[in-house]
Amino acid sequence: MSTATLEPRVHAPRNYLNADYGIRSWLFTLDHKRIALLYLVSITFFFVIGGSFAVLMRIHLTEPQGALVQPETYNKLFTLHGIVMIFFFLIPSIPAVLGNFLVPLMIGARDLAFPRLNLLSWYIFIVGGLFTLYSAIGGGVDTGWTFYTPYSSTYSNTQVTAVAVGVFITGFSSILTGLNFIVTIHKMRAPGLTWFRMPLFLWAMYATSIIMTLGTPVLAITIFLLALEHLFHVGIFSPALGGDPLLFQHLFWFYSHPAVYIMILPAMGVVSEIIACFARKRIFGYKVVGFSSVAIAVLGFLVWGHHMFVTGQSVYAGLIFSLLSFLVAIPSAIKVFNWTSTLYKGSISYDAPMLYALGFIGLFTMGGLTGLFLASLATDVHLNGTYFIVAHFHYIMVGGAVMGYLGGIHFWWPKISGRKYPNAWAALAAAIVFVGFNLTFFPQFILGYLGMPRRYAFYPAEFQVLNVMSSAGATILGVGYLIPLIYLIWSMRYGPVAEPNPWGATGLEWKTPSPPPTENFAEIPVVEEEAYAYSAEETAGA
Amino acid sequence: MPEVEAHTQPAGLAHQFGDLEQQQGAATLGIWVFLVTEIMFFGGLFASYAIYRWLYFAAFEGGSHILDIRLGASNTIDLLASSLTMALSVRSAQTGNRKATVAFLIATVILGGIFLGIKAVEYDQKFVEHIVPGLDWSPEGNILARLAPGGLEHAQIYFFFYFAMTGLHATHMIVGMGLLLWLVLRARKGIFTPSYFAPVEVVGLYWHFVDIVWIFLFPLLYLIGGRY
Amino acid sequence: MSQHVVRQKTYVFVFLGLIGLTMLTTGVAYIDLGPLNTVAALVIAFSKMLLVILFFMHVRYSGGLIRVVLLAGLFWLALLIGLTMSDYRTRSWTPAPDSWSSTAPPTHP
Repeated sequence: MSTATLEPRVHAPRNYLNADYGIRSWLFTLDHKRIALLYLVSITFFFVIGGSFAVLMRIHLTEPQGALVQPETYNKLFTLHGIVMIFFFLIPSIPAVLGNFLVPLMIGARDLAFPRLNLLSWYIFIVGGLFTLYSAIGGGVDTGWTFYTPYSSTYSNTQVTAVAVGVFITGFSSILTGLNFIVTIHKMRAPGLTWFRMPLFLWAMYATSIIMTLGTPVLAITIFLLALEHLFHVGIFSPALGGDPLLFQHLFWFYSHPAVYIMILPAMGVVSEIIACFARKRIFGYKVVGFSSVAIAVLGFLVWGHHMFVTGQSVYAGLIFSLLSFLVAIPSAIKVFNWTSTLYKGSISYDAPMLYALGFIGLFTMGGLTGLFLASLATDVHLNGTYFIVAHFHYIMVGGAVMGYLGGIHFWWPKISGRKYPNAWAALAAAIVFVGFNLTFFPQFILGYLGMPRRYAFYPAEFQVLNVMSSAGATILGVGYLIPLIYLIWSMRYGPVAEPNPWGATGLEWKTPSPPPTENFAEIPVVEEEAYAYSAEETAGA
Repeated sequence: MPEVEAHTQPAGLAHQFGDLEQQQGAATLGIWVFLVTEIMFFGGLFASYAIYRWLYFAAFEGGSHILDIRLGASNTIDLLASSLTMALSVRSAQTGNRKATVAFLIATVILGGIFLGIKAVEYDQKFVEHIVPGLDWSPEGNILARLAPGGLEHAQIYFFFYFAMTGLHATHMIVGMGLLLWLVLRARKGIFTPSYFAPVEVVGLYWHFVDIVWIFLFPLLYLIGGRY
Repeated sequence: MSQHVVRQKTYVFVFLGLIGLTMLTTGVAYIDLGPLNTVAALVIAFSKMLLVILFFMHVRYSGGLIRVVLLAGLFWLALLIGLTMSDYRTRSWTPAPDSWSSTAPPTHP
């Protein structure tokens, strides 16, 4: 561990952090890097809120009859946990923090195509988040984050409309971010940066942006219709008036399934960057990995019906959705094989980012494989609505996406903050997260297989041991998340100053100082080499 | 830290772009991507409409025949004319004709206003006839007789789509007219030149999109099943 | 956007074509063509949309990227409508068990 030093700020070169001071310089900034930090603070705030709901739930579930709250309150807890974690943490996380910070740098540009839209995106995000918090304080919602009708539209007397408005507003933040990235990547690449010289993180952000722009508007109109139905009871979603509740589910999942790819594709992009750097090797099958990202984005729109196998959807539609769901697993598997091939005969070092990336590969694989159980019609009948599903998506969302996010934060932290953090603590935290995560969620696979339903505030006594294990794991996981919060903030003041390229990584973002100047580059770089041009002698035996 | 190369920046060039052509290309691509998001936004409504029209065709047909086809057709022609004036305005900006740019923009605004006026008349008529779902749904007399065969509840779903689709469309028109007025103010100051007219083109593309939505709304709402 | 300047005459001709198609679709609505009424209305609407897209929105003079973006949007819309509709259309292929008949979802005869 390096000696903590207090670097005298007066000698620090001019960079985006010290270019201007005061709250106004942050709230009215057009600098993509500062906007990324605004998002970083905001989503951390929402992560803490969403995590608190989870903590309350896990405490409650230590007793078969429920240890903490009334069932009505429990329903509100899991609903708000889902809404906050999905819409206000996972969806924005990598795109709005790492994407905003890195896309212009990786592209060799001075900013995104539309800086003012970028700032507007953040304000929209905050307004939507405040609306949703207001509803949580004002009574909460108990419909599940999926808002299924007719309960949400006709029977629930909770703050459905307020939350609907909050999510509706926040959706536009996502749409504008995606739009910005698409135009930036198409129109602002530095001279010499062809599509197939771009880092895979950019391919991932591009594919994610396709989903954000094509899918989120459908969520918006669905929420809009839900609010109208809730307010005016016109009958579009309620059977009593001739409506079909399944129509809501079709529209809802048309966005919400691709949404899970919004959450995982950026993490996959981060993993590609980290694996290449810490194996000192070009990503195996670069083009295939890039195309897989786009394939996941496209195929991801064709599978939404697998959430509706047991709701009354036509069996023939179910067959088609099941087949397509199997197909969409293929590009994901291709990526895992390519990462593994990259590791083979690489010169591997185990710094904290690499620990997160390796954890991602293992946990994402488990989450993805269990998805096949659910894509298969017959087994889904047994597993739908149980904790098996909860475990499945948490393996991907937390074991995958959150680990990818943390790995990315640790990889690019020196660039973002200009400081380094103590690697021993980082490695310890990664290990604690890994252990805590598996202890929390692996028992849930078993619970689900044994038949414990999800979204229930109580359960049969024979499931208690596994539930207590899960709750214990959640405590450990919480500790694991807390540690980086502490040392990363610590590092901003006391961490050793970072050089431009502390990891010796390839990529344009590492060719500018840490932290970068406001204009990113003194001169726009000209790209002449392929991505991941790690030299042959760096790669042992390659 | 060395300053960014200082060279004379053309008027209207933002710092993140290398030249006006790149900026204009980005603006055009940006608005097209935005229009695609609008396609999907309206698309959810169109998809729902398609499902219910297939399920309750008789009710949709009955509801459609209550609408005034003359007002619908007039609005269609009005919006098409406004697209013409909008296209001519963009062309005028592109050729540096300030006066024509402003004149065509104002013409577009006027035509948009006429559309909204006719819409207001139609909406008012629905309140008079008590066929506003959720707010005033109690059809009677002749209207009731025409809607009953298809099922009153199903007719309510049809009129819900009528209001939701035309309402969302009208909201987009109001936003568009705001943008047009903003353009008028800027155009009068002579801000647009043949090398910098992206804002006019961008608003133009948005306006044409809104027109296309109506091109579909007219037959889908007013011309269901024929009036023979 | 291309620097191509479209002639005013082109715009006027396109406009007149659009008016003509509007009158056509309104007129066809007064003739009984059965299910073809819907087909005719949609075909005419598509044609009007094409005219606006190609000429008023300059797609005829634009590069491939804009066309791909537009086609992607239309394709995704078709996906949304088509795949959703496929559920409703095929529900009746598996008849509901007799005991459910009173609460079976509405089907088109």
